[in-house]
Parts: sequence; structure tokens; C-alpha cells
Amino acid sequence: MSNTQDQADFIEVERYELFEEGRFHFQLHRRQFIQAFGAGIVLILPLRRLIAQEGGRQGESGRGGFNQRLPQEIGAWIHVDEQGQLNVFTGKVEIGQNIRTSLAQAVAEELHVPVSMIHLTMADTDLTPFDMGTFGSLTTPAMAPQLHRAAAAAREALIELAAEQLQVESGSVRIVDARFVNHDKSKSLTFADVARGKKLVKVIPEKIEVTPAKDWTIAGTSVAKVDGRQYVTGKHRYTSDVKLPGMLYGKIARPTAFNAKLMSADTKAAAAMPGVTVVQDGDFLGVAAPDPQIAASAVKAMAYTWKAPGQPSNAELFDLLRKPAEGGGRGEGRGGGSRPVGSIADGMAAADKKLEQTYNVAYIAHAPLEPRAAVAEWKGDKLTVWTGTQRPFGVRGELAEAFHLKEDQVRVIVPDTGSGYGGKHTGDCAIEAARLARAAGKPVKLVWSREEEFTWAYFRPAGVIDVKSGVKQDGTITAWEFHNYNSGGSGIQHKYNIPNQTIQFHPSNSPLRQGSYRGLAATANHFARESHIDELAHSIGMDSLEFRLRNSKDERLLGVLKAAAEKFNWQARSKAASKPAAESRGFGIACGFEKNAYLATCVEVAVTRPPAKGKENNSEDLKVRIVRVVEAFDCGAVVNPMHLKNQIEGAITQAVGGALFEAIQFGNGEILNPKFSLYRVPRFSDAPPIEVVLVDRKDIPSAGAGETPIVGLAPAVANAIFDATGTRLRSLPMLPKA
Amino acid sequence: MSRITALNVNGKKLQVDVDSTTTLLSVLRNDLDLTGSKYGCGEGECGACTVLVDGLPVKSCQMNVGRVASRQITTIEGLEKDSKLHPVQEAFLNADAMQCAYCTSGMIMASVGLLAKNPRPSRDEIIKGMNGNICRCGTYQRIIAAIESVGKA
Repeated sequence: MSNTQDQADFIEVERYELFEEGRFHFQLHRRQFIQAFGAGIVLILPLRRLIAQEGGRQGESGRGGFNQRLPQEIGAWIHVDEQGQLNVFTGKVEIGQNIRTSLAQAVAEELHVPVSMIHLTMADTDLTPFDMGTFGSLTTPAMAPQLHRAAAAAREALIELAAEQLQVESGSVRIVDARFVNHDKSKSLTFADVARGKKLVKVIPEKIEVTPAKDWTIAGTSVAKVDGRQYVTGKHRYTSDVKLPGMLYGKIARPTAFNAKLMSADTKAAAAMPGVTVVQDGDFLGVAAPDPQIAASAVKAMAYTWKAPGQPSNAELFDLLRKPAEGGGRGEGRGGGSRPVGSIADGMAAADKKLEQTYNVAYIAHAPLEPRAAVAEWKGDKLTVWTGTQRPFGVRGELAEAFHLKEDQVRVIVPDTGSGYGGKHTGDCAIEAARLARAAGKPVKLVWSREEEFTWAYFRPAGVIDVKSGVKQDGTITAWEFHNYNSGGSGIQHKYNIPNQTIQFHPSNSPLRQGSYRGLAATANHFARESHIDELAHSIGMDSLEFRLRNSKDERLLGVLKAAAEKFNWQARSKAASKPAAESRGFGIACGFEKNAYLATCVEVAVTRPPAKGKENNSEDLKVRIVRVVEAFDCGAVVNPMHLKNQIEGAITQAVGGALFEAIQFGNGEILNPKFSLYRVPRFSDAPPIEVVLVDRKDIPSAGAGETPIVGLAPAVANAIFDATGTRLRSLPMLPKA
Repeated sequence: MSRITALNVNGKKLQVDVDSTTTLLSVLRNDLDLTGSKYGCGEGECGACTVLVDGLPVKSCQMNVGRVASRQITTIEGLEKDSKLHPVQEAFLNADAMQCAYCTSGMIMASVGLLAKNPRPSRDEIIKGMNGNICRCGTYQRIIAAIESVGKA
């Protein structure tokens, strides 16, 4: 497990993750912990990265535990308070992926207590350890093992303290039903008994055994969402529900187009409205008002003019993306390409069939149902902001920079948030709320409208992918050349054995602001690759499952392919349900891997072709119904089967939008479809029946699962549509008019 | 423009002082601090703001408060009785029919409205009845299962 753990700490960040290192890591002092938490016992887990860097030096602070210097970089801490509650602190954010539950399971597992005894404090920059952000499916492979270790060490330390208190040998003390008991259970103590009156800060030793997945009894089970009742009763307070005494409501006067400059503004009428504060600062123009209606009226009462340069539209997009980025592109994260292997020319020469195709993907929007929101409050020069973001510490840095503060003058608190899907990495809304609050001298809440959310956030990158390949009649792929323009390098590598290949990612100048999205470019790369693989199989008349099995030796990939095909009954698939002329049935399969998780997706579609208008039968007019989806998923040891299935089903359902109909329309610096009435997202009527096959590998460390299950649907549907109609759709969304 | 000074919400008469053209959603959230009903789109397309008015589901972001001043309004906060959850709330928990749960209040209220009209809806009737509510996390199949389980009970 430790190898994977270290990899997770060092994992390279994809260029579109909008990643920024925290600029300051302040030394933490023992007394700060005591001040912050009061009495009880605090157990601190150093970040493994530090252990790796400091090597031998760590030994001195890793042992004995009570009086040495604290590590500078901390992964997590656990506080056992005097009431016996186990308070776990992590910088991770709950955005619907159910990590508040899965991380509590990790702690409960090692401490041998019920999940209900664990309380997680998450994503509060004054209370939780620094964390890069909640993205990249890293919580399960990186944070959960840290909490397993922290909790295992806590158990050992608490047992030692309990043994002292009970005056028995520590070896004879166990935790049974949340009590410390001696060998014959004649003596016992609660967690509160052990913590009461203590003021201890203990650093967790470097070497600590955690429970292997095969022996899990709490982790690995379908524990219900820990605070589910708060949600079904409407009691949970999201950022947009936070209300502070004297709070005002903000509204921003938005530019008419991207990259616009504010030329003039007449704000007198707005400023004269009772209780209204107007802020004009460079190109920032906004108001704070006693209620949202007055805020809206105040913005309407302002007269302002913007000047924007001419900007491109959808029509030019794919040509534009083929042009190399000026200066090699912004941000040099993980490129995703690899050194060429063999010779494409030789591979093509050896092929019986050769193919060259281009695949496109559009910009799409995250459209989290809770739009960006922030509540900002200044007390002197200390700024506190409640906001829904996946990067609380990153947003703290953005706020510190915007207001020329030190990072410890800024506190960012992230209430469990109404989803993100990679779309809530930036602090735009937090900065705007804080700017208004500073001017108004009162707390300000700013909730972006749906239109603002669609327009002023950022998008999943659009992209162009060129694939050139060769195959022998016996099914051997001989050459593979793959160029991704702009969409990204995630998932660009594959698990097929091909002797000659070139795989490259080429950054472009994106006409729209783009960034992270669930699975990043893995959806685009899987769509292009798995569509193309299907085209190769068809070119030599081979079954597309057999073709995939033949070209890979990866045991986990073959495992999910076989599991999905079996559940789907791929071999016995039949188009018998088709009614001639009305509806054609088709079947498609796709597979892949990303972020240490493997998947295979089988799809059945029913396609209706409207009567041909004129000579051309326009493929855009196809009507496609997804009849059935089967997805087999292997992310190592399963942490919570119920929530994992829910994530996989949700990812597949969300994928339907990007596959079939979601696309951002833009022109001249404007988003042309910034509403749900104009930008179609999947609804009940679009949600296909889904059967999930979990391949539970207790022998393999758990990988995250919030992202990867999304990548298989689009190519499987494209392949099924081809099977049904003979029409190959190579651009996402496939049915933009649907 | 007239003022509205009282609303019947969750069986109680509550004092307010708002313009009659204010949306019901804004009054619930900002004046009455009943924040279970959510803003998601402001155009009646997502259903996160769904409440019941005289037992029928209504998109509260599209409803001026002046039109409901004398009617019975039920919000998500009004479903639980004596610390006992409504069967639909229980069903959503049992089916794990949520992820981020921002849509959940609206989904539950729309489900309660649907079941009041049609206590045993078919799968197609559920899809038709619920199609105005968006779950961006994609838990639709679980929500359908939750509603079906109440219908069968």
C-alpha cells in the first residue's frame, strides 16, 4: 500500500486542474492545537511526503510522541474530546461524492467504533490541515489511507493511556463496543474517560499497521450517508443558505462580453437607493443591498458601457484549436503524451487495413445545481468567507492576493457543497463577495445566477483528436498515432499492445476559459480511442469485444471487459427487438482505464431515423434512446459498495449529456445558451437503466471513483449507433439538435 | 404594488412584509429563513425550488407571493412530523437517492405532490411527473426507485 500512497502524494497534476500550490505553510505550534481544541488528545499525522524527504530526521519526531517538535506539513489530525467524540480534521471537501461517509468509515474501522462516533470537520482553513484540493479522485487513494494510519495510531495511543488508567498491561486492553476493556472485561473505560483532563498532542509514528482490506468490517460496507437526514429535511446549510446578522446581498454588473473593459459607469441613482453600496474598482462593478430585490434594482438603475474586442464563435472552433498555442500554452502540467515507440511508417506498411479519422469534442458546462456562492465577513483585517469550492486553501490564497493580506488573515470555510464536477476550483465569487463586504462594512452574500454560472465560470475544454492506425487481417493492431489538440492529456494512454505508436497532446489557445471537469480529457480521449478501435474491428470484420481482448494483455482490463460482456450477455445480443423501418437496435462496447481504475461499458440503443429530407439523410436528426447500460468497474478494494454504485450510475447518467446533446454555444465573447431552457442536461426521461458490476479487488489499494466511470458511455453509444445504423458519429455531442 | 403581510406556511401563519411581486422562493429563503427550498435556475426549469401550494407542486421561483397569500404552502421543512420523517423522505434515504443533495428538497416535494395525485404511479408516470426536476449528479434511477417503493407500500 505504501508505494501507492507515495505515488498519490506525488501525483502529477493535469494542466487543466487549475492547480496552485499554497504559497505559505506556516509552522504549527503545539499550543495552537491546545488553544484550538481545548482539552483532550490530539493525534497528528505528518504528510508522508515529508517522511520521504526528511528520511532519518523524521525518526526523532516520530517516536515517543509527546514533546517533540511538530512536523511542518500535516496530513490530518484527530481530536478525542472530553465527551469522547472522535473529531477528525481534513481539508477535503464534500461535494456529493460521499467522502464524509467513506472517510468516517476509514477511521471507525481502525478505532473499532461505530461510524456514528466519528465527526469530520472538513475544509475549514483555520481548523483543518492544508490540502491541495478535492480533485483528481485523490481522496480515496491518498486521504483515506492517511486517516486509516492516523486512526490506527490513535487506537494504539489511546489503548496505552487506558491501560495506564486501568492499571493493567496495555497488551491486554482492547476496544469493544466503543469501550476500552481489559482481558476479562472486568474493567472498562469510555473514550471520554480516557480523554478527560488530558492536554496531549501526539505525533503519529511513521510505521503503523493498518487493517488490510480483506479484514475490513466497517470500511468496505454500504454505510448510509452519515448526515442523510439533514438533506432530506432541508436542514443542511449550503453556502447559499448561510445567513449572518446584518448581512447584505450582492449583485455584480456583468460585462456584455468576455475581455470587456468598463468604459463608463453612472452609478448615482443606484448609490442613492436606501442601504445600497456601489463598488466600482477597475472593471469590477457591483452593489450590496439589504435584500436581493433591491440589489437587482440597483444594478438595473446603473448606466454603464463596456468595450470588448471581436471574438471567435463555434463555427471557427475546431480550426482554431489545431493552431499551436502561443508560447507553448498556458501552464505546463502533465502533458500526457509519451515517447514514440517503434515506427509508425513501418507499422502502417505492415497493415492490411489503414484508417485515419478525426474526432471532436465541444465545450460543455459543469452546471452544478448549486451555483457559485459566497458569504464574506470582515472583522478588522481578518476576512472569513464561506464558499463552495473544491480548493479551500487555493481560494484562501486567491483572497490573500486580491486583498494584500497574509494567508493567516483569511479563513475559508466550505459547507458541504451542491456539487462541483471539477467546476468549482476558483475563488471568483469569494473575491467578489469580499470586495463588496469590505466596501459595505457588513457581511455580504453573493449567489451567482444560473446565467452567471454558465457564463463566468469555466468549461470542459473542447478538443480535436486525430487518429491514424493500421491493423492486420488477423486482428493485430500494427500502428497507432494519436494527436489530441487542446482537450488534454488525461486518459490519453491505453492498455493495448501496439508495437508502433506516437501519442501526443498539443496545447492550443482556447477561445473560452477552460479548466477541470470530471475525468478531464479522459472522456474525449476514450471517445476517440474506443470509437477508433471499433472502426478497426469493423474494418476487418471482427467482433469488437474479441478485437479488444485480442489486443490487450492487461489482466484488469480483460477482467472488466469479460465481466461487463457477461452481465450484458454480449455474445447472445440480438437485434430481434427491432421493428423494421421504425426503430433499429444496436450494441456497443468500450473500455478503458484512468486514475488506477478500469471500466468496460456495454450499451444497447434504439435508433429512429426520421424520413429523409431531400437526398441527404442528416445524421443529426437521428433519435437515439439508450435502452440499457452495463458497466463493470474495478477501482481496487471497494470502500462503500452502495455509494460506489451511486457514483457510477451518476457518472454514466451525466455522461449521457456530453455524449448526446450538451454543447456550449458561443460567439463574439458571449455564451449564447446560458440557461437550462437553452442548454439541455440529462433529465429523468434521458436516464438509462444501468446495471453496475463491481469488481472488488481486495488485493489492490482503493482508487477514487468519482471521475473514471464517466469515460465509457460516449464511445459505447457511438459504437452502438454505428451498429444500429451504419452511421459513424465522430463529434461530441453526437446529436446536438436532440 | 401591494404588500403581503402574512403567509400560511407548514400549518403556521407567519408574518412577513414583502412586495406582492416578490417570488415565493425569495420570501421563503430570505424573509422566513426556510432555506430548504433552493435556487437553481430562476426560470422554472430545474425544480430545486419546488414546494406544495394547496397540495400541488409549484416552482416557487416562478410564483409571485401575492398569488399564494391565502393558500396553504408546504415546504420541505414541513414534512417531518413529531421527529418522524415523511415516507418519501424515508424512501429517499433508503434508496440512497442523492449525492450532493442540492436537488433533494425539490425532488421530495415534487414526489409528494405526484404521489398525492397518483398513489401508485407507473415508471413512465414517474418519469413524466418528475421530468421538470434536474438532478445534475444523475441519481434519477434511485429517485424512481424511491418513489416506486412508497407507491408499493
